[in-house]
Amino acid sequence: MDLGKLEALSEHSWRIPAHGSMRVPGVIFASRGLLEAMDDKVYQQTCNVATLPGIVDAAYAMPDAHWGYGFPIGGVAAFDAEAGGVVSAGGVGFDISCGVRLLHTGLAEDDIRGAQRALADALFRDIPAGVGSHGALRLGAAAMEAMLRGGARWAVEQGFGSPEDLELIEEQGCMADAEPAQVSPEAKRRQRDEMGTLGSGNHYLEVQRVVRIYDERLAQAFGIRQGDIKISIHCGSRGLGHQIGTEFLRRMAVAANGFGIALPDRELACAPIASALGQQYLGAMRAACNCALANRQIITSLARETFARLLPRARLSLLFDVSHNTCKRETHRVDGRPRELYVHRKGATRAFGAGHPSLPPAYRAAGQPVLIGGTMGTASYVLAGTEAGMTLAFGSACHGAGRAMSRHQATRLWNGERLRDELAARGVLIRSPSWRGVAEEAPGAYKDVDAVAQVAELSGLARRVARLEPLVCIKG
Amino acid sequence: MPQPHWQHLEHGADIGVRGCAASLAEAFAQAALALTALVTAPGGIVEREAVTIECREADPELLLYDWLNALVYAMATRGLLFGRFQVAIEGDRLRATAYGEPVDRARHQPAVEVKGATMTGLEVRRSAQGEWSAQCIVDV
Repeated sequence: MDLGKLEALSEHSWRIPAHGSMRVPGVIFASRGLLEAMDDKVYQQTCNVATLPGIVDAAYAMPDAHWGYGFPIGGVAAFDAEAGGVVSAGGVGFDISCGVRLLHTGLAEDDIRGAQRALADALFRDIPAGVGSHGALRLGAAAMEAMLRGGARWAVEQGFGSPEDLELIEEQGCMADAEPAQVSPEAKRRQRDEMGTLGSGNHYLEVQRVVRIYDERLAQAFGIRQGDIKISIHCGSRGLGHQIGTEFLRRMAVAANGFGIALPDRELACAPIASALGQQYLGAMRAACNCALANRQIITSLARETFARLLPRARLSLLFDVSHNTCKRETHRVDGRPRELYVHRKGATRAFGAGHPSLPPAYRAAGQPVLIGGTMGTASYVLAGTEAGMTLAFGSACHGAGRAMSRHQATRLWNGERLRDELAARGVLIRSPSWRGVAEEAPGAYKDVDAVAQVAELSGLARRVARLEPLVCIKG
Repeated sequence: MPQPHWQHLEHGADIGVRGCAASLAEAFAQAALALTALVTAPGGIVEREAVTIECREADPELLLYDWLNALVYAMATRGLLFGRFQVAIEGDRLRATAYGEPVDRARHQPAVEVKGATMTGLEVRRSAQGEWSAQCIVDV
């Protein structure tokens, strides 16, 4: 990206002055190095988001931002319904409520040393992953409706996990105001056999070990110790969310003219929050959030069964579950007064600071756990939201390393089976139904996650708590 | 004019599909082949089943969006991969038959599941030489 177009606000935040039809400026959180490597499209897409009606303060891009569709991946934007603000299907993306869940196991590295291979094989067998995989559940109409309303709560009622799990999930496991009636029969059909499946692409289940603690106090609050074994699950609302995204993107793109909205890019398709279409989307999108929460709850239950068989001493309990493709109604202080805003986070997570009323009591003094996903061979991070971060980008932080190159480039550079062998030599066991898929997701195809996490901290968005490295990766 | 062909477009996170041919309908068929090629090599798909797809839309770009998403839906709900497409477009109406077989994970080694065709890079146009091209970025 050409730095000449940006004003430095600090060493790690940069402003794009409002120009043309931008209603607000853009703000990119990045180091000079990350910024120089960032795609120019992030600049353009951030500018485009800033033109949308009712946007508040600025269009933000996180340190892991890269070229998305409509919004950049790593984009955050808040809209005020009373100021004509919009909700955008493109601003949430197709994989609605995709997110990361982190589980404690109660085990240390030595406890699984001899069992790593057996664990990799068993998890790969027990957790449906990749194209053409199905879950064991087949939801009928009534169960589908209940799942879309209840989210992880529904899953617990069905026997997948326990009520204690719910306290440590964003929204306590159930997104309010979901409207299953706004979810099309096609979206429900697409989900019928997909509950409890990981999907493909960058989705995974990893067994990880804690290799570094950055902040002892926060680590203690989150129950993280050096050498701990944790499990990370990254997946979303599967076919249901994809279909809702596809359908509402089209409806909003077609309707935009009628709402008097000039779209700089059709993928930014949106509708006024106060319109019938905006409300229908929010109802359907929230139902998809529940689908994602239920999905991760079921996968947790499958992982528990596998561990109970192989390592019965393990106790899989939640550290936290946070989504990174969402639009949520939140109250934020803007110019000294509280305002109800619809905050879009696309490839960005909530990162609420200590004391926020939505946090589980266990984390209220520490701040919200922010879960940054890994890339097979490299690290994942746990960060904590900060009070200062609440005023930087509506309490948001980055969600992953972010891609540094296209899938094609990756397949030209890496071979999946060779990559598997190289990672195995380094102690990381990969299991996947597709070696081409593994090559496309090669760790080297992503940005440097260490730099991204460091910049998230230096820019004040969140504090680093711990770094985790994979031992086993089940890849979709 | 070159033979009908398809290609993939570079995109940072995802990937694009493009079909090119002398007719709009064949360009759509080629774009569909590019979609399949994201998942597996089209040549490795045996024709065992045929699925009929119909879409109606006056805007050719939205018609492409609908066509590719109808295929994504058929692949997802029927568990099929398609290796050949017969497409006819008359006015605002697309009628097509997609030929393929159920996913065989061992044989097809499906690389990725397509979530949907997007409106990013969505473009249908005809060159000065008369060749049609139909393209968009897809979310994988």
